[in-house]
Amino acid sequence: MAGLAAQPIETRYSGILGLGSYRPSRVVPNSEVVGGIDSSDEWIQQRSGIVERRWATEDETVQSMSVAASRDAIERAGIAAAQIDCVIVATVSHMMQTPAVATLIAHELGTDKAAAFDVSAACAGFCHGLALASDMVRAGSAKYALVIGVERLSEQTDPTDRGTAFIFADGAGAVVVGPTEEQGIGPVVWGSDGAQYDLIRSRQDWREVLAAEKADQQLPHLQMQGSAVFRWAVYEMAKVAAETLDRSGITVDDLDLFVPHQANMRITDAMAKSLKLPAHVKIARDIARQGNTSAASIPLALQAMYDDGEAHSGDLALMIAFGAGLAYAAQVVRVP
Amino acid sequence: MASTEEIRAGLAELVNEVTGLDADEVQLDKSFTEDLDVDSLSMVEIVVAAEEKFGVTIPDDEVKNLKTVGDAVGYIEKQSA
Repeated sequence: MAGLAAQPIETRYSGILGLGSYRPSRVVPNSEVVGGIDSSDEWIQQRSGIVERRWATEDETVQSMSVAASRDAIERAGIAAAQIDCVIVATVSHMMQTPAVATLIAHELGTDKAAAFDVSAACAGFCHGLALASDMVRAGSAKYALVIGVERLSEQTDPTDRGTAFIFADGAGAVVVGPTEEQGIGPVVWGSDGAQYDLIRSRQDWREVLAAEKADQQLPHLQMQGSAVFRWAVYEMAKVAAETLDRSGITVDDLDLFVPHQANMRITDAMAKSLKLPAHVKIARDIARQGNTSAASIPLALQAMYDDGEAHSGDLALMIAFGAGLAYAAQVVRVP
Repeated sequence: MASTEEIRAGLAELVNEVTGLDADEVQLDKSFTEDLDVDSLSMVEIVVAAEEKFGVTIPDDEVKNLKTVGDAVGYIEKQSA
């Protein structure tokens, strides 16, 4: 019987080499979303911390936003697109069942036949992709991997749903993961709880959409049980965050940045309190201006921290992503 | 076992910690939403803190039945009996 050759393991370290992001051009203030939900700017700000969000225009597609974010990430990483071996796209906004949007993005970027696939882990998608990319680089199945988080949730949002109409938004973020001198991406702590799949999900599956009266045919809207999600996110994710720090061999005192998925400012505040973050740790609060962009929120929030002078190359950041599934993933990274 | 007044006072402390509301305002006949202006997310924080403080379990489905401070105190009393 023939023996199989094993992937030669170089046991190299992996890290984030470059970050890029794309924010849609259209700014949507609370005044524009209150009409459908009989609400007010004050009510929205109090319950979510959101002041305004970005929604994509017709031309700002999942593919175009991803390509724009990726070009910045690739340039900042100091490599050429042709050097990328794998493109991972975390999204729930690609409106074609097959093929994966990652293949189109890889082609438009000019990679040299890079492996390309999509990851469906909703708001936790970016940290899932980062974990895969890190392990690929370490194990040798890719030297450089591109991880993209991209969403266009505005078209899946029910403008009359008081629980979600003001929350969801659009955008893209990308990072290049590659070999580094020292480990730059800590061990991932991840998991899911399918018993709670009902808490955040599309309202119908495609068969139900097609079976509905013609007049009702539309993209399935997202729905969410806010209070139950809040409870899970704050209290269960605090445990995941603590475990992530522990497995990375650091404590909250070693952190410079806390970059949670930008779900709701109240979740971020309650998590920060629960984690007892010291005063020197800068907390990402991009949700105020960007809304909840699901898989794109962490790279977008990190970019905002650079832009505001809060993040600096070499800082240690705790990233924790959580959402529908209920899926979650967290890791400590050294930011590029 | 803690008395009704001890539970009310303990709960009032938690409401104060979460919302900043004066603990003396938190009386048995007060409605969380109508009188005390506690929103649904603050209510979750209060409930989780109460679970820890009183060693009880208050599932999500039960929270919507706890309209007044008295409802919550009664539920905690029953659970810890």
